[in-house]
Amino acid sequence: MSILQGKKLVLLGERDGVPSPAMEAALAASGGEVAFAATECFV
Amino acid sequence: MSKASVRASAYCLCHVPELALWYGNTPHAERAAHPESEFLGQLASAVQEYDKAVRYAPNLAYIGALSPDDLLDRPQPWHEHLESGPARNGKYGEIIPEDEFLGFMDICDVFDLIWLEAGFAARVREKLAAHSLITETMLHRLEAGHEALDISGAVERGEALPLYCGGKVIGCCRRGHETDHNLSAYELLVNIACKASGVLSLLHLIKNAGLRPEDIDFVVECSEEAAGDVCQRGGGNFAKAIAEIAGCSNASGCDVRAFCAGPVNALINAASMVVAGARKNVAVIGGGAIPKLYMNSRDHVKKGLPALENCLGGFGVLLTPEDGVHPVMRLDCLGKHNVGAGASPQAVTSALVLEPLQKAGLTFSDVERYAAELHNPEITLPAGAGNVPEANYKMIAALAVMKGLLEKSAMPAFIKEHGMPGFAPTQGHIPSGVPFIGHAVDAITAGSLKRAMIIGKGSLFLARLTNLADGASFLLEGPSAVSGAADLSKEDIKAAILDVLAELAGEMSKKESAS
Repeated sequence: MSILQGKKLVLLGERDGVPSPAMEAALAASGGEVAFAATECFV
Repeated sequence: MSKASVRASAYCLCHVPELALWYGNTPHAERAAHPESEFLGQLASAVQEYDKAVRYAPNLAYIGALSPDDLLDRPQPWHEHLESGPARNGKYGEIIPEDEFLGFMDICDVFDLIWLEAGFAARVREKLAAHSLITETMLHRLEAGHEALDISGAVERGEALPLYCGGKVIGCCRRGHETDHNLSAYELLVNIACKASGVLSLLHLIKNAGLRPEDIDFVVECSEEAAGDVCQRGGGNFAKAIAEIAGCSNASGCDVRAFCAGPVNALINAASMVVAGARKNVAVIGGGAIPKLYMNSRDHVKKGLPALENCLGGFGVLLTPEDGVHPVMRLDCLGKHNVGAGASPQAVTSALVLEPLQKAGLTFSDVERYAAELHNPEITLPAGAGNVPEANYKMIAALAVMKGLLEKSAMPAFIKEHGMPGFAPTQGHIPSGVPFIGHAVDAITAGSLKRAMIIGKGSLFLARLTNLADGASFLLEGPSAVSGAADLSKEDIKAAILDVLAELAGEMSKKESAS
């Protein structure tokens, strides 16, 4: 079982790193629930 | 024909630490929330003065007084190891000081929104009169100035924002409407500064191209500001307003917006117009963003560094029909980040780098230099935003490894050889690939560079309309023969042969009749 099973996930992405939609896609089968996801740009 | 010539480029910086201190979003928001903030006091002491800004290597690389590769030889931090001699002017443009820029903003203001104190206006008039690109007509637009009491009165009544120079109020920016937030003093100050930095860039561009203002047919503006009122908040248009002040009487214009991907998208739009024959001399112009000044200053101050985000950036690129002389921008192999492409770094890099290379029949190593997100790392690293250009180069190299086109062990060498250090101010759209165009054009012309890729990426999600980002890219190469043999189809060749045969037959029948 995934260590994220049943956990609530807060995903903070960065445009030139890993954006949050990519994290959501990668974690789709993790069993975690995305409570908040956002991508920010610091430049 | 699917190529436009890059005839000239221009890059300017407007050194405005007092606009940054008062109206950069980070200190501006802090002042509203905590007027007695300790941070604001510290920030006021963290200024990088003009005499240092004109010796700061990344700034000099931006205006063309140094090349980006020169930065590799300079010890870091660059802000501590300043160049020995100051350079206000470079090959592509200048670093204008704040007093002159405030005067220039007044020149660019057509609604009497900027008021300057009379003594300041007189002093700055003398300086601007000595500027080689500011004409008598422009200078005539500079106001005689106002009484200090009129300025303080407008500020006290909440009708204007004060403007500072040398720590003193030297003028104000008035609001354009009593209730419309889009015409507030703050929005208009931001827009006039964007316009003025755009005009300055256009003036340098026209000079660098060896043209007259009247020769410009169209201006495409690509900053990140919105010009409009309550009923049409982003109506525009900066382009035509900029062209007007620069004396481009035969030009019209329009704006292109795509956050930091705006410049590359604007260049593609402009090149397409040129290639289609719709317009001839098209200038792509981007002015600077006041809100982004001192954006990361909280971290700079915390770490005892100078607040380096003190310059508005501006740039211009002039595109013309392919002339066989100047380097060209290719339109047959553009990078485009489609809606369905996905957001993962490899999906974005595939769309912007791999796919255009495949379209062009090239591989990663065929592009000698990649220009992607050229943010100055001395600004971003202390703020925890990383070395942005390096992150992009790593991703390009990693994708090449994934595709089996590069050995993993060769990644560091690829990044060093095909990348470059960041040298642009964190002005959003300004660092987005375009600062290298001038350097690339010079190197291609000199024969020291064969091909470069310009990559722009934009954070569309910041507008809360979509979670998508955007990106676009294009290749810059040396000029091909004007005949464009490679672009001719079989039908073109057939038609040309038939024309010649018909002409020959006509000549022969004339001769026969004469004899």
